[in-house]
Amino acid sequence: MLRRRVIPCLDVAHGRVVKGTRFVDLVDAGDPPELAERYAREGADELVYLDITAAPEERGTLLDIVERTARRAFIPLTVGGGVRSVDEMRDVLRAGADKVSLNTRAVAEPDLVSRCAARFGSQAVVVAIDARRVTGDGPRDAGGNAVASGFEVVVRGGRDPVGLDAVAWAVRAVELGAGELLVTSIDRDGTGAGFDTDLLRSIADRVEVPVIASGGAAGPADFVAAVREGGADAVLAAGIFHRREVSIADVKAGMAAAGLPVRGTPSEVAA
Amino acid sequence: MSDGPLAAVVDYGAGNLVSIDQALATAGAQVRCVTRGADIDGADLLVVPGVGAAAPAMDRLGAAGFIEPILGWIAADRPFLGICLGLQLLFEGSDEDGAGTLGVLPGRTERLADAPTLPHIGWNQVSRTRPHPAFDGIDEGADFYFVHSYVGVLPDQDDEAILARTTHGSSFVSAVARGRLLGVQFHPERSGVDGLRLVANVVRLAAGERSPATPSSSAA
Repeated sequence: MLRRRVIPCLDVAHGRVVKGTRFVDLVDAGDPPELAERYAREGADELVYLDITAAPEERGTLLDIVERTARRAFIPLTVGGGVRSVDEMRDVLRAGADKVSLNTRAVAEPDLVSRCAARFGSQAVVVAIDARRVTGDGPRDAGGNAVASGFEVVVRGGRDPVGLDAVAWAVRAVELGAGELLVTSIDRDGTGAGFDTDLLRSIADRVEVPVIASGGAAGPADFVAAVREGGADAVLAAGIFHRREVSIADVKAGMAAAGLPVRGTPSEVAA
Repeated sequence: MSDGPLAAVVDYGAGNLVSIDQALATAGAQVRCVTRGADIDGADLLVVPGVGAAAPAMDRLGAAGFIEPILGWIAADRPFLGICLGLQLLFEGSDEDGAGTLGVLPGRTERLADAPTLPHIGWNQVSRTRPHPAFDGIDEGADFYFVHSYVGVLPDQDDEAILARTTHGSSFVSAVARGRLLGVQFHPERSGVDGLRLVANVVRLAAGERSPATPSSSAA
């Protein structure tokens, strides 16, 4: 039976893992490959690197980190941030990543999703969607219509709305060739208030591809809710793991106790 | 280790080769990533990795002169490991894009039937239908990492090449073995400790097949 995945996300800048709240007050939190190896040892099912600088002049540094990670942590690695072309995606994959996550760039240039999927296969293309709830009359989409699902897409690290219905964009992204969706609730991100299971469910019910839940985790019960109520196939978190508030083993134990299939923590370390 | 078996990894532009390179090296193999068919001469183990669709992969393999050398290698029953697309290409053709493939194994590559999600991405149990030394030291039903939508379907469900099965909606063949050929639908190079163990077993088996009397045609 397919296991529900637990995925730590590491924000990377200038060759280091950084911690902060929504990209501000960043604090150095270590060497990415070293942390990646530790998470793999602790039972992480995959890893995500988010290059929060996404600066072209730092691409070499990022690719070096990706390669050093692939040589130490033998679990899948997704890299998000800064990929603007098929060639840039190729470079990231050749450095040792298995998937690339497209966010702001996919919204601006949906055709990029198709071209990347055609070249490397849908399984290598993750579309990351940052979404928030629309309140009151709320913003309207490009055609002047109310955002039907009640969730809208925001880009540039969750700051700017683009007049796009989050559920409609999710469906479109899959049609374009996304093999997986990483859905982050900007309302919940960093709050510890739990995942937005309504958002997750609205999307998971409309697509065949796996949905990764992100934004709002505080404890194992939230991971269970993301799967049970939200219909997520995988659950991603950053802060609670980095701050060591909750371990991956704690999360998996909670999910297993709730009857969800999870992969056991490796009993043996590949030294 | 300088005296480990030489593993030739076929590089046809299909993405991440770092992980399989490192997994083979960790297992004690010397690794040569090859971009032309002629470069597999002198290797002790041939590895065809890969993800994605069959037609562009076959085009690139053909353009780089790999088709005949790979077919010859398998026909001679030399140690071979096909991973994911590298397994799917062994069948006769792909329903994904209609591509004709190598035809080493009977049957076609078809879309996974009745899958609750597609692509099938994540860790899933691999249940062996018979013993095989590639799985030495690995628990029955151990989890391996999968990422694919299509799968090779053998016409005979009891074909003796079938080595393992996995269930995602319906049951499918997740490993085949025939002679010294091994094909796995999952990614051992991304499957943690058990994946590394499988790669180490494959390297060890290839080392055992080396004929010291045969001079290597390569300068490596």
